[in-house]
Amino acid sequence: MMGKTWSKPEQWLRPGLKIVGKWHQNEYVLKRKLGQGAIGTVYLCEMNGQLVALKMSEKNTSMTMEVNVLKSLEKARDHCLGPSLLDVDDWQPPHGPVLSFYVMEYIQGEPLRTFLQRNGTDWLGVFMLQLLDDLDKLHEAGWVCGDLKLENLLVTNTPPRIRWIDVGGTTKIGRAIKEYTEFYDRGYWGMGSRKAEPSYDLFAFAMVCIGLFYASTFERGKQQPEVLIRRRLHRVQTLRPFEACIMKAITGKYRSAKQMHQDISHVLQQMKAKKRDSSSSDAFLMEGAGMLLLAGGYYLLSLFIP
Amino acid sequence: MKKGTLKQILLITDGCSNKGEDPAATAALAREQGITVNVIGILEDDHSEEPDGLMEVENIALSGGGVSQLVYQQALSQTVQMVTKQAMTQTLQGFVNLELQQILGSDQTMEDLAPDKRGEIMEVVEDMGETCDLEVLVLVDTSASMHDKLPTVKEALIDLSISLNARIGRNRFCMLQFPGKRRDAEKILDWSPKFDAVSNSFPKLMSGGVTPTGPAIREAMHQFGRKSLLRSFGRNDGQDLEQA
Repeated sequence: MMGKTWSKPEQWLRPGLKIVGKWHQNEYVLKRKLGQGAIGTVYLCEMNGQLVALKMSEKNTSMTMEVNVLKSLEKARDHCLGPSLLDVDDWQPPHGPVLSFYVMEYIQGEPLRTFLQRNGTDWLGVFMLQLLDDLDKLHEAGWVCGDLKLENLLVTNTPPRIRWIDVGGTTKIGRAIKEYTEFYDRGYWGMGSRKAEPSYDLFAFAMVCIGLFYASTFERGKQQPEVLIRRRLHRVQTLRPFEACIMKAITGKYRSAKQMHQDISHVLQQMKAKKRDSSSSDAFLMEGAGMLLLAGGYYLLSLFIP
Repeated sequence: MKKGTLKQILLITDGCSNKGEDPAATAALAREQGITVNVIGILEDDHSEEPDGLMEVENIALSGGGVSQLVYQQALSQTVQMVTKQAMTQTLQGFVNLELQQILGSDQTMEDLAPDKRGEIMEVVEDMGETCDLEVLVLVDTSASMHDKLPTVKEALIDLSISLNARIGRNRFCMLQFPGKRRDAEKILDWSPKFDAVSNSFPKLMSGGVTPTGPAIREAMHQFGRKSLLRSFGRNDGQDLEQA
């Protein structure tokens, strides 16, 4: 049954294909493949002129679990984590077993790393706060992100907003993390359990920040993990102001995303204050010059008007 | 609802059996006793093996009611966890399907239900998977060809115990190697809640080309039986989920 994982029914799924749901009879026209994960493949589809993301898989049970997560996220929908769920259905291909699919909002965005390369790292602080805010709301709702990683983070435009696009790893607080990626997993680094709790996400969040500045992820070695991660972090100039916060997240010192949010926004305020200090003397000169100009103008004006 | 204990054998091998009974038949016996047999076949990194040599892997899992997967060494950790969890879900879903058939009629399965209903049932299955007790007996092939793979196997197993121990339910692990020094299979780790204990006593390699997979599975079955005779595993011992 499950043993035959190599006979994939994906040969049918080509651009132009019309997918009609078995239960709700909605019609989707397949445009192109967006990506492939452990559980299924995501396609860009069109439904009544609207672009949507459709995930299809033969692993019915895993798909149902993902839908359950999306549904519960829907209930606590004042955060921007995860796409919204539009439809859940089955599809019967010309041959073979029935496939499950679900349809989500299509989040069109740019990978975090390329966005920062194009628009400058000033945005980093903004996104950190946005993401921590979302994480906090998710945790408040009783869930943990689990598989938080760079590949799952997109920046949507106008105004730039960070979004997280894969809910596959989302786990109820207190349970075992469902899905993870080694680099972002504190269990892999020997720095904590795989129990779903806020600090698990914050570790992954810290690794996202560090991973952002390395072309490829690094592995554990002979060195003590904490020392290795600290060294890698210290090498990144842009992260220096946040170093203490990030290490606190790595070592599991934060109880909630809110605490980390506070620390990061504090750092950002200090950074702004510093910038203001260094530019305030210039501002003073400019202001003086402006006043002189105005005064001169009035003086000249008074000469012409008798 | 009473908690039950899931029993699994996880066979890790890189080749064909060549001694003793047919492993697929033994796996079918294990299944009869409520033990699921999962198999992971490790592929050579240089793609040198003959594909039909590993056909056995799929057959053993099929008759053992479990999950099988062929994998290259570097993906072993993830695969071991995926296979274990998938098999748990599959077994639990099997129980739920049986219950459903009693309620809905004999030809109904979960796939015949509308997605909404399916979701509710899966939530129950997921709850059971999180809270049930689990016993995994790992059966490691230590014939000569496994030489350079054993360190990866060890890492993967420690990682598996990290993952499973994050669950609410309790876990017990046991490990046998085959072939053993004097017998077809020998115990390296007795039932214990963690795999870290295995670090020191990880199997030494046995030279020679004997791979008694069938007899090893039989020995593994005995370990489940013996344990419940010698030592009690809480008050729920010996009860399967069928009674849940």
